[in-house]
Amino acid sequence: MLFNEPHPLEVKVLTRRFEYPNAEPIGIDRFLATRGYEGFRKALGMTPEQIIDEVKKSNLRGRGGAGFPTGMKWSFVPRQSPKPKYIVVNADESEPGTCKDRIILENDPHRLIEGVLIAARAINASRGWIYIRGEYRYLIAVVDKAIEEAYQHGFLGENIQGSGWTFHLSTHSGAGAYECGEESALLNSLEGLRGNPRLKPPFPATSGAFQCPTVLNNVETYSAVPDIILNGGEWYSNLGTPKNGGTRLFCLSGHVNRPGVYELPMGFNLLRLINEVGGGVRGGRKLKAVIPGGSSCPVLKAEECDLPMDHESLAKIGSMLGSGGVVVMDETTDMVKAMFRIMKFYAHESCGWCIPCREGTAWLKKLLGRLDEGLGVSTDIDLANELARNMLGKTFCALGDAAAMPTISFVEKFRGEFEAKLKSAQAQAPVPGAQPLAVL
Amino acid sequence: MPDVTLTINGQAVTAAPGTLIIEAARRHGIEIPAFCYYEGYSLQAACRMCLVEIEKNPKLQPGCTMPVAEGMVVLTESPKVVETRKAMLEFLLSNHPLDCPVCDKGGECELQDMSFRYGAGESRFTELKVHGEEQQWSPVVYYDPARCILCYRCVRVCDEGLGVTALGTQNRGVISEIIPNAGDHLVCDECGMCIDICPVGALTSGTYRYKSRPWEMNHVGTICAHCSDGCKTTLAVRDGEILRGNNRDRSGINGEFLCIKGRYAFDFVRHPERLQSPLLRVNGELQPVSWSEALSAAAAKFNEVKARGGRFGVIGATRTTNEENYFLQKFARQGLGTANIDHRRSGDVVTLLDALSGRANALATVEDLYTAKAALVIGSDLAQQHPLFAFQLRANWRHHQLTAYVVTPGPVREDLYAARAIRSEAGKELEAAASLRDDLAKSQDLVILFGDAIKGDAVRRLVEFGDSLGIPVKYLCLVDYANSRGAMDMGLLPDLGPGYQPTQTRGLNWREMLADPALDVLWVVGEDPLEETALASANAFVVVQDLFLTETAKRADVVFPSASAYEKTGTVTNSAGQVQRLKQAAKVMGVKPDLDIMGLLAKEMGLNLGIWIPDKVFEEIRRTVRGYNVALPVIATGGAAQTGAADGRIPVTVPPELIRSAGDTLFTSGTLGRYSGMLRSVMEAPGTLYKP
Ligand SMILES: Cc1cc2nc3c(=O)[nH]c(=O)nc-3n(C[C@H](O)[C@H](O)[C@H](O)COP(=O)(O)O)c2cc1C
Ligand code: SF4
Ligand code: SF4
Ligand code: SF4
Repeated sequence: MLFNEPHPLEVKVLTRRFEYPNAEPIGIDRFLATRGYEGFRKALGMTPEQIIDEVKKSNLRGRGGAGFPTGMKWSFVPRQSPKPKYIVVNADESEPGTCKDRIILENDPHRLIEGVLIAARAINASRGWIYIRGEYRYLIAVVDKAIEEAYQHGFLGENIQGSGWTFHLSTHSGAGAYECGEESALLNSLEGLRGNPRLKPPFPATSGAFQCPTVLNNVETYSAVPDIILNGGEWYSNLGTPKNGGTRLFCLSGHVNRPGVYELPMGFNLLRLINEVGGGVRGGRKLKAVIPGGSSCPVLKAEECDLPMDHESLAKIGSMLGSGGVVVMDETTDMVKAMFRIMKFYAHESCGWCIPCREGTAWLKKLLGRLDEGLGVSTDIDLANELARNMLGKTFCALGDAAAMPTISFVEKFRGEFEAKLKSAQAQAPVPGAQPLAVL
Repeated sequence: MPDVTLTINGQAVTAAPGTLIIEAARRHGIEIPAFCYYEGYSLQAACRMCLVEIEKNPKLQPGCTMPVAEGMVVLTESPKVVETRKAMLEFLLSNHPLDCPVCDKGGECELQDMSFRYGAGESRFTELKVHGEEQQWSPVVYYDPARCILCYRCVRVCDEGLGVTALGTQNRGVISEIIPNAGDHLVCDECGMCIDICPVGALTSGTYRYKSRPWEMNHVGTICAHCSDGCKTTLAVRDGEILRGNNRDRSGINGEFLCIKGRYAFDFVRHPERLQSPLLRVNGELQPVSWSEALSAAAAKFNEVKARGGRFGVIGATRTTNEENYFLQKFARQGLGTANIDHRRSGDVVTLLDALSGRANALATVEDLYTAKAALVIGSDLAQQHPLFAFQLRANWRHHQLTAYVVTPGPVREDLYAARAIRSEAGKELEAAASLRDDLAKSQDLVILFGDAIKGDAVRRLVEFGDSLGIPVKYLCLVDYANSRGAMDMGLLPDLGPGYQPTQTRGLNWREMLADPALDVLWVVGEDPLEETALASANAFVVVQDLFLTETAKRADVVFPSASAYEKTGTVTNSAGQVQRLKQAAKVMGVKPDLDIMGLLAKEMGLNLGIWIPDKVFEEIRRTVRGYNVALPVIATGGAAQTGAADGRIPVTVPPELIRSAGDTLFTSGTLGRYSGMLRSVMEAPGTLYKP
């Protein structure tokens, strides 16, 4: 399938098999011919401790958004538990601005399967699911085909590669809910329940799918594992910065000349990503703002963008590396409209379980929509900020925070634009007998 | 593990490890507000009202899911916490219709209470509200999505509490709402527990909605008039009329439970066919007459038949109070000099008591159903016939992993969680139960509940079986109605007096009375034996006390209109032998409690049977009836007092065929049920239960 043109600054690990332009997903033959399943074969000869140690050494951190150290997560699974252990792949990729898991599934599905197999060995799992968002229906066929090939070649099923070990894997379709990317809501959905998040603790490592110990990671996270095992954790770690091992798939979108998914070392400079890899801001305009890691991350002003893309650097300026979705906004961007659009997403996706997110996102959506339409009143800007702060840290899961954080950053960093909208509001108002704007 | 010590609002508090902060605080008089948290049900942490500050924790934490820890410092009323509550309430009220002035829950609404305590003075919400239309889900349950705060209490009580799982959630985000899982109507027990447990007015009762404001009514805690489980129901009364039943105070043996009958089936009280005047047969027709006319006609006949040594037959009831039943048997035995007294029995309590005689602690209480390690249910569909006991066993399973065994002719709800469920033909129950021997013997203790499938000799064999298990076993003999057990205890039996003391002569049982062609007087108090059996004696003078013109009343010469259980005081005894007190809720013109009627009749006859004030009669019962010397303060304050077992052997002479349960379902209740429009509406609702 079509993929953006690679860039010379890229460091190709996960995307090393991708060919440009490429029409077909990489089948098992080509996969095997390019050292495919070699990492897994090597892992078959390792103990679970050795596998986990190698992953720990790699400084691989979760690519789903939170950046939790992967090796550590795997080590939390009680391997002595008499219950079956499970592997779950989070392929729900729904964070606005993020489209990297899709690229992996589309082009190199066996890489994911290999990563899953190694994780399964590390915790002695017997069964795995790849939970794919409903909107990626066409990818389910691609992954199913790869799974079938893996079964045929003895990489899945009983007595895998003569090891005596049995592991089964299948896809599972989501039904169109962003919240089902949150790990515990995903598990509920997988079990056929309503996609609400669960109480934590217990965490999936001890009680995940069907109340059994479960490792749940993002597609990109698993996909990094084969090369880690193949070339060693240290090798992988050295590709990135000290606490942020390896490479990362950055999804560059918005007002740039060359949008696309680029594999770059962790800690790559954001401005260079935009200007060099992305070919600069579209139409030679000035940069206004960047969302660095998917729409949940606090927005950065142009002058904040000269920084390395790693978890710590972004945390230091009050944002997050998130899911790798870099959204570039040029000087023509209407920040009120942009914020309204983001809030529409969160209001639509709030699962409704807890009060502050359910009511807060809906309220903010209406308020921001009204502001954007030029029907705001002077108290609205502070109110938006305050409502977001009343949500922040008080919701059941992180979706509420994901809605609150951008709001706070947009309002605080671009207050002038909100005020300008108000002025245009005063030009339009007051319309006698005007009905409040219904934004549903 | 030793208790942990923590401080809550500066107060040192100890609690068992694992206790939730909200519970630890509550036990020390500190209330942490919450909507979704409900003791005994699964945890949600959805409403975020219980967020509290915990020292060294950057984020506020929900008190409803966070367990206590040694040295923890908790603040539940700090400025940060109070501000957060205010914010949560502001969010909640943003799409709330604020129709408190017409809402059923107004005045007893948790959202009102919380807003009053923590809410903001002004609303900042100026957008259009999300609104959903009100829906009728069944004859008795309505849902107003606009008022719903999505605390999921209703969903949990239906699923976890009852095992019915009629409710679910649909849509997401701000348009989420509760729905019946069947789509547009409920397929359920219609118990209305979802309504009770709803903190706001989102679920309303079909019989009560928009009828009254809570503060206009008197709230009378009394005992349900229907089955023998003995639930406490709080009747709300305005101008002598019962407008609703509920159980929000949870002070009875039923905890939060109440079934459809306890909650809704009070409407027989004002049924248009209620008798409100005495009737006397004049020229072959029953005519309304004054009380004095009716009393003197009955008294004259009683005296005449007594004087010539004629034959009386007296039949009492299973819904009249202990005081009434005690007085009735005294009237019959001492006043009329007859041994022919009986009532319709539905369970073989007598044989059980005899088989267990001399043994302490062998009779199960409702509490035992919740604490026993194992339970064996024989021949009864508890969810249909003994809803509270079914609920209690299920709660035991949910909270303490009860191991349940079932031996029934057909599938029952306990199958859902029973360790083993065995289907058995009628009469083969004991053999089937015997096949469970090895499993049962492994338990630490056991409660056996049995219905009328086990009677006569089978009861003795059951007790032998229990003895042979080598573990402590308790028994509960299931009977039909609110005072079925009390009727036996009070000696409405031809061979046994109060407290199962053998009488000198054995009288006729009720079938023999009806079959006796020479019977001179048949006196029936609150029963309808002629609905199934004809009266052989064509010339018998029939006196009936009842609420309605039953088949028996139609044959009567004198009919006295009596007060129902909801219109009088007195005590009743449930299946498990617990005595509880009735309080008068409703007033109905023209009727008298059966005890008054009997007292006046005695006076009219010139008999001295003692005063007929319920409390005084109960005093006598306490003094003279075995097992009834219970602590008065317990029942006076609305509690349930356990009667003692009747110790010593009891000669059993009753033929077991006479013991037969009426086999009521969840939606029937003998005669009373037939006069409850609400029960009928639920049964007649088309579809499985209801379809609009
Ligand atoms: C609202 C919400 C949505 C999320 N969506 C996704 C998603 O689409 N894909 C994903 O991998 N992780 C998502 N996450 C993060 C997961 O909960 C989880 O942390 C992650 O899958 C763990 O994998 P990792 O350790 O490999 O990152 C989401 C989290 C939240 C709170
Ligand atoms: S924050 Fe609350 S309402 Fe929002 S998605 Fe999470 S649980 Fe659902
Ligand atoms: S109907 Fe009532 S009990 Fe049920 S979720 Fe809504 S507010 Fe809670
Ligand atoms: S279980 Fe029995 S006593 Fe309880 S409410 Fe129902 S009918 Fe009344």
